[in-house]
Amino acid sequence: MNTIWELLCTFLRIGLLSIGGGYAIIPLIQEQVVEQTGWISEKMFTDIITISQMTPGPLAVNTSTFVGLQIGGIAGAIAATVGCILCGMIISLTLYHFFQTHEKSMYVLEVLNGLKSASLGLIISAAFTILLLALFGGNGPETDFSTMNATALAVFLGMLVLLRKWKMHPIMVMLISGSLGLVFYL
Amino acid sequence: MKKYIWLLTTNLFISAFTFGGGYIVVPMVRQFFVIKKQCFTEEDLINMAAVAQSTPGAIAINLSALAGYKVAGIAGALISCFAAVIPPLVILTFVSAFYKVFVSNAYITAILKGMEAGVAALMVDLIIDMCSMILKKRSIFLTAMVPLAFIANFVLGINVAVILFVCCMLCILQVFYKKRKEK
Repeated sequence: MNTIWELLCTFLRIGLLSIGGGYAIIPLIQEQVVEQTGWISEKMFTDIITISQMTPGPLAVNTSTFVGLQIGGIAGAIAATVGCILCGMIISLTLYHFFQTHEKSMYVLEVLNGLKSASLGLIISAAFTILLLALFGGNGPETDFSTMNATALAVFLGMLVLLRKWKMHPIMVMLISGSLGLVFYL
Repeated sequence: MKKYIWLLTTNLFISAFTFGGGYIVVPMVRQFFVIKKQCFTEEDLINMAAVAQSTPGAIAINLSALAGYKVAGIAGALISCFAAVIPPLVILTFVSAFYKVFVSNAYITAILKGMEAGVAALMVDLIIDMCSMILKKRSIFLTAMVPLAFIANFVLGINVAVILFVCCMLCILQVFYKKRKEK
């Protein structure tokens, strides 16, 4: 019971401190579960990140679920996951409610407009990261551009045309691109 | 009751296909909630995405909660979050038993490599639509914020929380300045 409680508290803290989502949270989780508590070894943590990326679901949720599983079984997984999502859920609902009830205020309206623009910039940044990863296998601005993956480029452009011209369903895009991966990369 | 079941199944479905980072949930929510069911508008979706991103926690979960809230209040938000964490919970419980085999499986690696390009295409598709929506506002300030946030995050590697905070401050200053000019 003690471990479960500790898991919940630790992941509540992680959930509260992780703004920006995805990869930004990894160092934070690492600090808490590897360095502070010593629940998990460095090697194990690297494996956990790999698996979290390979399975569906948000990275933060996958990582907390897996860490929870390793330390406290199914109950641990549930405690860690709940801890990880609880703060974000409450704060975003409160903030959204606040924006809706104060729509008339110039300040509130303009801050929301500004956040929309900034968050679009951040989405573009995330798209760039995944595009570089898909086309060059690299990460960030230090990517080696000489190693272009022509197959990935073809799949990317093909899917984009399907989306723009025929409004293809996102799930179809995932299924087709996954099948193409099976055909070309196996 | 039907509303709740729809929310549950839709979020289960979306979560099961969330590969390549939480942002993929934005085009998914758009497909199910905006295009198909017309629960809310594209503008609402962008508002929600901005809030989901500016608050702590996983963007995918926050966005699911907000979409659920918009459709069916607090109960909707809870059901959506519940549905969003079930697939990872079940799949990981299963995978963690033999994860060494899973990581080195050639089929899974090939499928995921293919999906990377698909995810990139989905995000670019979404970005094109979102950009045209912001350009329509005809505000130099709001338009400039997009590339600035991108450069700050991607090139300079500045923390997301710092970027969002500075953005809020700039907006407040801008309104303050405008109001003083009007007086």
